[in-house]
Amino acid sequence: MSKAPRGRPIRRGLADRAAGFLADWSVPRQLRGAPEKTEAAESAASRGLRPRLETADRVGTSICPYCAVGCAQLVYAKQGRPIAVEGDPRSPVNQGTLCPKGAATFGLMASPQRLDRCLHRAPGAREWREVGLDWAMDRIAELAKRTRDETFINHLPDGTRVNHTLGIASMGGATLDNEENYLIKKLFSGALGMVFVENQARVCHNNSVPGLGATYGRGASTMPQWDLANSDAVLVMGSNMAENHPIAFRFVMQAKLRGATVMHVDPRFTRTSALADIHAPIRAGTDIAFLGGIIRHLLENDLWFRDYALPYTNLSTIVGPDYKGPEELHGYFSGWNDEGRRYNVESWQYDGVVVPSSLAEGYVEIEGFAEATQRLHEGPTPKDPTLQHPRCVYQILKRHYARYTPEMVESVTGCPRDLFPKVADALARASGREKTAAICYAVGWNHHTKGAQIIRAAGIIQALLGNTGRPGGGILALRGHTSIQGSTDIATLYDLLPGYMPQPHAFRPHATLADYLKAETNPTGWWHHFPKYYVSLLKAWYGEAATPENGMGHDLMARVTGDHSQLPLTVAMERGVIRGLFVMGQNPVVGGSNSKLVQRGLARLEWMVVRDVAETDTATFWRDGHLVRDGEMRPEDIGTEVFLMPASLSGEKAGSFTNIHRLVQWHDKVVDGPGDSRSELWFIHHLARRMKALHAGSTRPQDAAIRAITWDYPEDEQGEPDPEAVLREINGRTVANGKLVPGFAALKDDGSTACGCWIYSGVFPEEGRNRTRSRVPDGAQGPGTHLDWGFAWPDNRRTLYNRASADPAGVPWSEGKRLAWWDEQAGEWRSHDRVDFPTDKRPDFEPDWESKPAGMDAIRGDQPFFMIPDGVAGLFVPSGLKDGPLPEHYEPTETPVRNALHPGVEGNPAAKRWAYDANPLAAPADPRWPHALTTFRLTEHHSGGTPTRIVPSTSELQPEGFVEIPTELARTLGIASTDWVVLSTPRGEIETRALVTDRLRAFTLDGGRVVHQIGMPWHYGWSGIATGDIANVLTAVVGDPNTGMHENKALVCALRPGRLARPLQEVG
Amino acid sequence: MDGGLAHGRAREAGRAPPALLRDEAELTAGVVIEPGRSYGFLTDTTLCIGCKACEVACKEWNNLPAETGKLTGHSYDNTGQLGANTWRHVTFKENGPREGTMAPFQSNWLMMSDVCKHCDPAPCLEACPTGALFRTEFDTVVVQQDICNGCGYCVPACPFGVVELSKDDGKAHKCTLCYDRLKGGLEPACAKSCPTDSIQFGVVEELQERADRRVEALHAQGQDKAYVYGAPGSPGATGGIRKLNAIFVLAERPEHYNLPPAPSRPARNAKPAFLSGLATMAGLAAVALLLGVGRR
Repeated sequence: MSKAPRGRPIRRGLADRAAGFLADWSVPRQLRGAPEKTEAAESAASRGLRPRLETADRVGTSICPYCAVGCAQLVYAKQGRPIAVEGDPRSPVNQGTLCPKGAATFGLMASPQRLDRCLHRAPGAREWREVGLDWAMDRIAELAKRTRDETFINHLPDGTRVNHTLGIASMGGATLDNEENYLIKKLFSGALGMVFVENQARVCHNNSVPGLGATYGRGASTMPQWDLANSDAVLVMGSNMAENHPIAFRFVMQAKLRGATVMHVDPRFTRTSALADIHAPIRAGTDIAFLGGIIRHLLENDLWFRDYALPYTNLSTIVGPDYKGPEELHGYFSGWNDEGRRYNVESWQYDGVVVPSSLAEGYVEIEGFAEATQRLHEGPTPKDPTLQHPRCVYQILKRHYARYTPEMVESVTGCPRDLFPKVADALARASGREKTAAICYAVGWNHHTKGAQIIRAAGIIQALLGNTGRPGGGILALRGHTSIQGSTDIATLYDLLPGYMPQPHAFRPHATLADYLKAETNPTGWWHHFPKYYVSLLKAWYGEAATPENGMGHDLMARVTGDHSQLPLTVAMERGVIRGLFVMGQNPVVGGSNSKLVQRGLARLEWMVVRDVAETDTATFWRDGHLVRDGEMRPEDIGTEVFLMPASLSGEKAGSFTNIHRLVQWHDKVVDGPGDSRSELWFIHHLARRMKALHAGSTRPQDAAIRAITWDYPEDEQGEPDPEAVLREINGRTVANGKLVPGFAALKDDGSTACGCWIYSGVFPEEGRNRTRSRVPDGAQGPGTHLDWGFAWPDNRRTLYNRASADPAGVPWSEGKRLAWWDEQAGEWRSHDRVDFPTDKRPDFEPDWESKPAGMDAIRGDQPFFMIPDGVAGLFVPSGLKDGPLPEHYEPTETPVRNALHPGVEGNPAAKRWAYDANPLAAPADPRWPHALTTFRLTEHHSGGTPTRIVPSTSELQPEGFVEIPTELARTLGIASTDWVVLSTPRGEIETRALVTDRLRAFTLDGGRVVHQIGMPWHYGWSGIATGDIANVLTAVVGDPNTGMHENKALVCALRPGRLARPLQEVG
Repeated sequence: MDGGLAHGRAREAGRAPPALLRDEAELTAGVVIEPGRSYGFLTDTTLCIGCKACEVACKEWNNLPAETGKLTGHSYDNTGQLGANTWRHVTFKENGPREGTMAPFQSNWLMMSDVCKHCDPAPCLEACPTGALFRTEFDTVVVQQDICNGCGYCVPACPFGVVELSKDDGKAHKCTLCYDRLKGGLEPACAKSCPTDSIQFGVVEELQERADRRVEALHAQGQDKAYVYGAPGSPGATGGIRKLNAIFVLAERPEHYNLPPAPSRPARNAKPAFLSGLATMAGLAAVALLLGVGRR
């Protein structure tokens, strides 16, 4: 009644109520003959019921903030608050579906644990205090300036230019928009001279870049996820796809329903295995033994696709006479230097021809190497199409893998010898002219000290079988953060500039622009265009300050001086080199290897800024961390000044994400984030403005880059910079008239164009046309390449190397697998896709070697892998990799057994090790650590855990940390499910609950040795609703030689029932 | 593919929707929702990856509270069972160690997304004395919260253990088959989210046909144990229950999925129980009469 309008007679209200009651009362309806169980029983609430989506006053398109599948969502909002988040049914990526994490997006946006105010922890304080946004920003800018002033150097003592500071580091980027990554890299590397700039891509999928790049030319997935529906066989290995990428697995199930064979090779029997036709168990860390066995099986039984592999790979190329393989050199390739623990690649070169790498990281430290590559202008690489030459790649491959017999595979991997040929045969049966097979992998192949080579092995198999570049064929690198592909492309990584160009290096011939371009420009292949892309980037960053006098701004660029990736970053923190740290959307206390080392590092910092959606384990290390728990330090002893700033999610900010298959998709801002939460774009923009203001009057050379950096992004009334303005800068413009360039073909090396990331060029080809916003899928009759749904780099191409879907003459291998073909009448290539080849290059084009052709002029019309200087897929890789031209089985750095192939060379000899007292390593086959341990993820949680452990609906599904223990081992140790157990490695001990299961097993290896495989999910920490001890306390700081990727998929541990001893709590 | 994935989803994906999608179920499930027809679920366990997207989508849409539970140790099942706050629940059953080749589709680790069966006739509805439980215009069974008085008669009446009284408000709660969404032309939240289309939404008769075709296809591919649960004349539709509106494709015996092999409808016992009660009363009365007569 209180809501009745004033002055209205009460009697009238009563009459209304009576009438309403009569209308609601079911008896009159029953008397009128309505069925008592249906209409007559309908209540008033039922009658008025409508879905709450209809109350929305705003609907926006968004992209899921969790993994990199890139599911499209619709965010419904009412009066500025979200009311629901649903899958977008139009999207070809997810077709309206969402996995448990994606379905929890509304719960994430509305989580009771969302942070809405800035928190500050003074040095030594035991509690947070709330602070204002402006105060925090001013204080952070002041600290950044102070630390930079104290640590920045322009030159080394010997005069070498470095322009950098080692005193400030940054982590995070993979959960952020492309535009945010771009501004982070631009401000931190381009203006402040920070070199410790890293994101999750380093510890997630970095091995994919050299693994796929060295083989095919680009370090990214070759096929779209939806194309898996066209596969005739799918091998999932190094991935638990059904759990970690359920929506990508949707297309595997579609293929399965069409008759495809699904295979899962994994140490554990997972939810993926349950849906597979074949599950082949292998001991963690033995993937190359298994894949090498497949390569041998294909070669020995002549099961490979000769018509494809002979012209499109380097199988027939002849290698120089000095090359020797590990079969001859007891586990080493030729060129091993025991003192420096690294390889010299000279002996891996082709006969008389030196070939540079297509990889940004592929610089070869041999004097005269760059000059020697000029020989590529003079003629084709030496070949023997008959494959008889003993030094042709085919013969080398055969010799190398001859050792990988079924017996060897069984004794190393533990997989029964009759099982792995079934996988090889199923792949071979599903390959050839009429059929194609796909391989899907994830971090299970990355997190090893030989991860790049595992991925290479898959590349070799797919090239031999003729699957790459064809419908339903190829390799999918399943990635785990929503824009982790974007944060690799527009790299917030220490060694890469946007578009896979190397950050200049102080100890390489990069001193002047001319030196750098000479060293990094390949004589042949697409990368001959390198100078256009680099100079355009300099122009985008330094604008008018990029002049010929300062090498178009090259002289302002920060130089790296070594490995500044996440693992050495951790060590540098712990040793006090790094004083200030930015952490944006990353949780290294949970996700970083050797978590206690990470926490010791954080405790030595002077200041740390954490930006996230909730209180993370990293942000609270000083209060709840292991140092405090284990009694090593009290909060009062920890001098780190900590800022915790609330961040926005997709739906609360606009920008683009790049998914697993390079698809760039825009997400709208639909609502404001809670309270003081802001985008990283806002944070970086306003930090940049403050830094510019603080240095405006400076004439010091160390501040030149800050003054020079271009920074004029328009802001809206809330101070949010326009993300489309950033995307336009990424796309590129003509400097003179400011006009957007239509694509990377328009870029120039004379400073007349500016472009932030050349591979994305074309994403915003004209004003008003942001192609990442495009949302038009192909209909039922369409080709299914969905060219108008988002934008895929490069040039909107969906399947990379799709020239290879046609035979050398340009005719599709079969009608059923038609994708690209040469149209003789039109004189150009045609495709349902964008052709990944010069559209007018005839299939029979031959370089005119008389004219010493450069760049693409030296690439034949039947060479689809044109990013590589000789145009063919590199089965044998002469340069660019640091641990061998071919994948070879090495045990993990910490292994329960000796290497059966070459005892004495157990692990990858070139692996990076940081063995010291804070990071001890177990010796091979040390009986104190008898079990094989692997870490893994659950479908119910997301990586570092924050975005699901704070959501009630996902937390309850996996509420506590646990370790999976095989039944036999549990029985021996007297452990039952939910019992407490203690896991230990040389780095530390943790306690967690046991989950005893037959899905894990013991492996019987060489000599009858039995090794039990244990597995532990690594999402947990102390923050949030679902909690548990941190698995990464157990893991080590060891790295892949190519990337510095850690090895958390295969290590050793001890296990015992019970709990950890606790130090007595302080009394009083 | 017959009886399989992508029913309708891809079919009209080219249609650009307005801000609010009208008849969205036509895009996502290939069906226009109209009052007067029977709607339900086909849960094809052979396609289930046990991801629990259905549990989350259900809770997020229906605003159901999550439990702050502990690890149960029962495979990956930490929500236990259907209840007042859990209207979709994924059951897990590990079937021993295995390696090598397996039956096609889900095998050796059973995962099944359980839900209210929306029985026809519905025992809970028959037990409800207030009319709170009623059959909607979509032939689904819903507890009307503005009517329910929390008497709890429906709880033991359900042969599947689906209905539960909430500890928060004392009323009976269970799956509504997203009654509100159906009224707005939207597919239920669980079915819409399901990544592998293990949960399919549609017209019950069409789902029954689809399930039959799917079972045939599974038999042809070597999964010869597959069968339909809940369709007329099949396991699950027993004991006076003509059919379930939420049917299942299973590949092991119902007990493996925590489903009753032969559920029955308590109301079926009402008449015989009433009659036998009457007979007993009559008998007792007769005995008393005789005894009384004898004493006299």
